[in-house]
Amino acid sequence: MKAVSKYGVSENGYYGSFGGAYIPEILYNNIEELKSKYLGISQSEKFNNEFSELLKNYVGRPTPLFFAKNLSEQYKTNIYLKREDLNHTGAHKINNAIGQILLAKELGKKRIIAETGAGQHGVATATVCALMGMECIVYMGETDVQRQAPNVARMKMLGAKVVSVHSGSKTLKDASNEAIRDWINNPENTYYLIGSVVGPHPYPDMVARFQSVISNEIKGQLKTILGKENPDYVIACVGGGSNAAGAFYHFLESEDVKLIGVEAAGKGIDSGHTAATLSVGSAGIIHGSKTILMQTADGQITEPYSISAGLDYPGIGPVHAYLNEVRRANYISITDTEALEAALNLTKKEGIIPALESAHALAALGKLQFKKEEIVILNLSGRGDKDLETYTNYLNELKYAKQN
Amino acid sequence: MQNRIDKLFAQKKENVLSIFFTAGFPNLKDTTVILEALEQSEADLIEIGIPFSDPLADGPVIQQSSLTALENGMNLNLLFQQLKDIRITAKKPILLMGYLNSVMQFGIEKFYKQCAAVGVDGVILPDLPLEEFEMYHRRITEALNIKVIFLISADTRPERIRQLDEASGGFLYLLSSNSTTGGVNGVSDLLLSKVAAVKESVAKNPLLIGFGIKGQKEFSMACEIANGAIIGSAFIELLTRSHNFKKDIAEFTSIVKTKLIAS
Ligand SMILES: Cc1ncc(COP(=O)(O)O)c(C=O)c1O
Repeated sequence: MKAVSKYGVSENGYYGSFGGAYIPEILYNNIEELKSKYLGISQSEKFNNEFSELLKNYVGRPTPLFFAKNLSEQYKTNIYLKREDLNHTGAHKINNAIGQILLAKELGKKRIIAETGAGQHGVATATVCALMGMECIVYMGETDVQRQAPNVARMKMLGAKVVSVHSGSKTLKDASNEAIRDWINNPENTYYLIGSVVGPHPYPDMVARFQSVISNEIKGQLKTILGKENPDYVIACVGGGSNAAGAFYHFLESEDVKLIGVEAAGKGIDSGHTAATLSVGSAGIIHGSKTILMQTADGQITEPYSISAGLDYPGIGPVHAYLNEVRRANYISITDTEALEAALNLTKKEGIIPALESAHALAALGKLQFKKEEIVILNLSGRGDKDLETYTNYLNELKYAKQN
Repeated sequence: MQNRIDKLFAQKKENVLSIFFTAGFPNLKDTTVILEALEQSEADLIEIGIPFSDPLADGPVIQQSSLTALENGMNLNLLFQQLKDIRITAKKPILLMGYLNSVMQFGIEKFYKQCAAVGVDGVILPDLPLEEFEMYHRRITEALNIKVIFLISADTRPERIRQLDEASGGFLYLLSSNSTTGGVNGVSDLLLSKVAAVKESVAKNPLLIGFGIKGQKEFSMACEIANGAIIGSAFIELLTRSHNFKKDIAEFTSIVKTKLIAS
């Protein structure tokens, strides 16, 4: 977990003008404790041994780097899929959950809270809490509880208490608010296990570091396969931005590696139903962090929309707001339909059903111009089991449209 | 002109009652009606909440009032319009309380200038970091004689209390317990056990206790250990029930201020 410098977080928690810790005073001690201890603990030998051991034998890392031959032929280039979908619990989220639960244990916290949208981070958190024997409370918007029923069942089976959030718009943004309110009410004994590179400093940096195992492995794997560590492209979807931050991390300083983040355009960035924060957002404060977010002129945070619950967030991690501003990474957006088509395409061509979130990254392949000899890494952040109903409905719609 | 908050505390050091309500709630135009009723009442200080879509530090009652106010069409531009002429009649100190994002989007300097223009005396922004206050806000607010009030809790370390006390103007906001607004605790045992130590680090400012102060009982408890207290959620609940603001607000503040007869 080597620190990056130029694109890394500053000592007081900023990426350029983004980041920081905009929190009520009650949380000051908690944030200070985290700030002063997260690096020391996560860089200790004891922590690293435990973290590596769990990633290897519990999560199943390293995840394969798979040369997608058929996809490569389709796009006339060389596409490698980083198979985060093969992780235990089905997405990259578990990397961060393992890291943070070990940190919480070191800090002596017994009660774990988390927010979740699609339920993937909730499941990852419930899983590590079961493993460590800790109390787990997951906040989830009422709307998401309904549309992600299988993940709610998994969390409950794992022993977590799932709290359905009725405030605000009843989705991920409100689940995050409610988790922060819980933390304010229980600052002494509670650890807030945030699921992406969002929230007050030091969370964005901490989560990026725990997810950086992704790019670390890619480097080693490319070296073995091709004799060189750096690809030409790294592509990843961006909700809060944790899988992208992890996939970019060790390539940030290699400026010849093109980094592409893919946001959810929903029904189109001009439709009023979108989650493409960088396209339609402006600078402001959300969940304790200064970043780009979707808001009215008056500063009210607006409701995002995406078919993918994991990308349905009105903010973006401050690191991405910064990488976008300085043009170190490029961000594009993909509509619901483009993502659905890309998911069907991968399923047919490679026999892999991707998560809807990851399908946004896959659809970006069609928007970029690659050279024949270029090496393209696509971070396949999760698997599609949780999205089967959405896929089935889409297939039925297509069939119906054909018949008429 | 002396800042009205300073003037109040120069004259009055105990049983100071501050009342919080949300702008544009229950109806858009109620802001000034409630203000006038409070001006006539036994409240000493008036805090007006700027409604925000994502009020992290607030419990259900204030959250709901914020949502309703936003649905009613309240925003900062409109609030300043509503407050334009208040100083013709209103004499009591008035504070605005809100979240930093609203102020950022309005424009930080423009916000404080508008505050000064309409006669707002102080501002409370629970998510404004001290460093950011020092870097961008302090110069502006000091020039305009607007007080920025910081919050502390029973768990705030002495060194930090000293810093916040130094930065804070008007008074220091002491949280009754570790909770969001409207918490159930009143003055918590935690605070009772630590308040003496807290006060040792406070050199400059009067202390008002807030969050979870519901009525007469909690108010008099708070007044025993501080200069006064702030009532928010319980007052909003009163507004929700009330059909006659003037009468009910007078009654509410009067009951709160009546000393409990020790039983
Ligand atoms: C499979 C998958 N990919 C991506 C995301 C988006 O999160 P992030 O942008 O933090 O990687 C999620 C969130 O739920 C997810 O489940």
